[in-house]
Amino acid sequence: MGLIRVIFVVGAVLALVPPLIWWERRLLSWMQDRIGPNRSGTITFPDNFPLKGLAGKKVRTFGLIQPLLDGVKLFFKEDITPSDVDRKLYFIAPAIALFPAFALGATLPWGPTTGLYGILTPIADVEIGVLYVLAISSLGAYGLVLAGYASNNKYSLMGGLRASAQLISYELAMAMSVAAIVMAVGSMKLTNVVAIQEGPLWGAVPWAQNWFILTPFGFISAVIFLIALVAETNRAPFDLPEAENELIAGYHTEYSSMKFAVFFMGEYAAMFVFSGVFATLFLGGYNILPVNWMALHEATGAGIFKFLSNANYWLAPLVFLGKCFAGITFFIWLRATLPRLRYDQLMNLGWKSLLPSASPTLSSSDSGSSAPNSTESLADGPPQSEPWSSATSST
Amino acid sequence: MFGEYLPILMMMGVAAVICTVMVLGSYILGPKRVTKYKSSPYECGVAPLGDAFERVPIKFYLVAILFVLFDIEVVFLWSWLTVFKDSPLDFKIFTGVALLIYMILWIIGDAYVIKVGAIEWDESTSLAPEKLIDSKPITVNTPAVPQTIEAQ
Repeated sequence: MGLIRVIFVVGAVLALVPPLIWWERRLLSWMQDRIGPNRSGTITFPDNFPLKGLAGKKVRTFGLIQPLLDGVKLFFKEDITPSDVDRKLYFIAPAIALFPAFALGATLPWGPTTGLYGILTPIADVEIGVLYVLAISSLGAYGLVLAGYASNNKYSLMGGLRASAQLISYELAMAMSVAAIVMAVGSMKLTNVVAIQEGPLWGAVPWAQNWFILTPFGFISAVIFLIALVAETNRAPFDLPEAENELIAGYHTEYSSMKFAVFFMGEYAAMFVFSGVFATLFLGGYNILPVNWMALHEATGAGIFKFLSNANYWLAPLVFLGKCFAGITFFIWLRATLPRLRYDQLMNLGWKSLLPSASPTLSSSDSGSSAPNSTESLADGPPQSEPWSSATSST
Repeated sequence: MFGEYLPILMMMGVAAVICTVMVLGSYILGPKRVTKYKSSPYECGVAPLGDAFERVPIKFYLVAILFVLFDIEVVFLWSWLTVFKDSPLDFKIFTGVALLIYMILWIIGDAYVIKVGAIEWDESTSLAPEKLIDSKPITVNTPAVPQTIEAQ
């Protein structure tokens, strides 16, 4: 059973990476007033084609299979191994860079945990969910550092060093911003994080859901987490490890053929899965809108809300995919809009802006949860029963 | 208890298999026409000078050490964060105040790191315009080739 779940997620990530690459190239082209890849896969049927409806017509796929063709081409390209590389590390590094992108998906709930979807998702509902995500995501640094070190190339070495310093700097802010969420949830299980977000908004509005991006402390955490996310996936404007105008291609300068494609795939798979993590932590997971349909149904008695509640259940995987897709579109939008940071600006942003602003978030969500009437203590609906009585009894 | 971690191991196994297949696939499928120039490290077309296993700026090491220090401080928080919400009020108040003191120490630490300039990148690697005004023009010093070979 576990293996079926695993194949579901790995298959989804593998199948969705080529369309993502196509989408990035297309969207970036439109943003830059170009056309982008739109020709490959156009089939022109001859005039004497047996099927009359298709004879002499063109069937377009809008270039959708372009990334697949690129992949096939890269598989049959010469795999150059430079003479002085550290051979073991040189071959292991791309695998290590791709590995966390897949492994991260293990705890993400992409659908409701009740009924049919409960059999399929998540792969493993472990108690350490959030900690697992942080731990695996920091593994990604190893792939880049080892690639940079093993290549025996000065550009690669600089790229690897930059990657290491950048990833660990933003790791801190990321951990701090998630800490505030864990505190409000009271558990590190990702399914619990989603369940708490289905509670009433601010503990007061029963027909709305308490998505953490809608709460004040959650919004700050979400912004910090999003910036750290872009930095962790090495995307523009934080793509300094592979800054092509100073470092050729950074840590993968010496990688050719499919080994280069593995780095490329790793980046896209990481974008996809990290968008899923963001959706789970802040955007209510697989829920389509921050509205509690059943509460509305009970309040008004209208059948439409019951129907929408069912739709919310059955469309959950699609909605989750949609949120991942929106996250990736945001990544591409950032890449088209923002210029790359300078290295000292990168470090200043990480250590002087994000980290100091993440720690008061944690403190404020702490002081907020201490007060009985605040957002966080009410986040899961009814307030805890008589906190004062337990306080007096234990003192 | 260990059972729920088994799918994670499966996931890691499947991921490892995919990674291995991809890395080895092109190594097996692609042609091999090795020449001396093709297999030399890329340095913009000129012959490579020495190898890259050299000393690296100490700043990267400093950042790594700072990361370890600060990250361990976060690690101490995790177990407390999970029990905080469902604990009695006196526990909340006591540990909440303790956490505030802890976070103040954290912020002082961060402020100290910033004050001593541990995060300031070298001026030679980041030329701020205001620092450029007073600086002398950069003299290009071409090292003699035999010296460089000696140095490494």
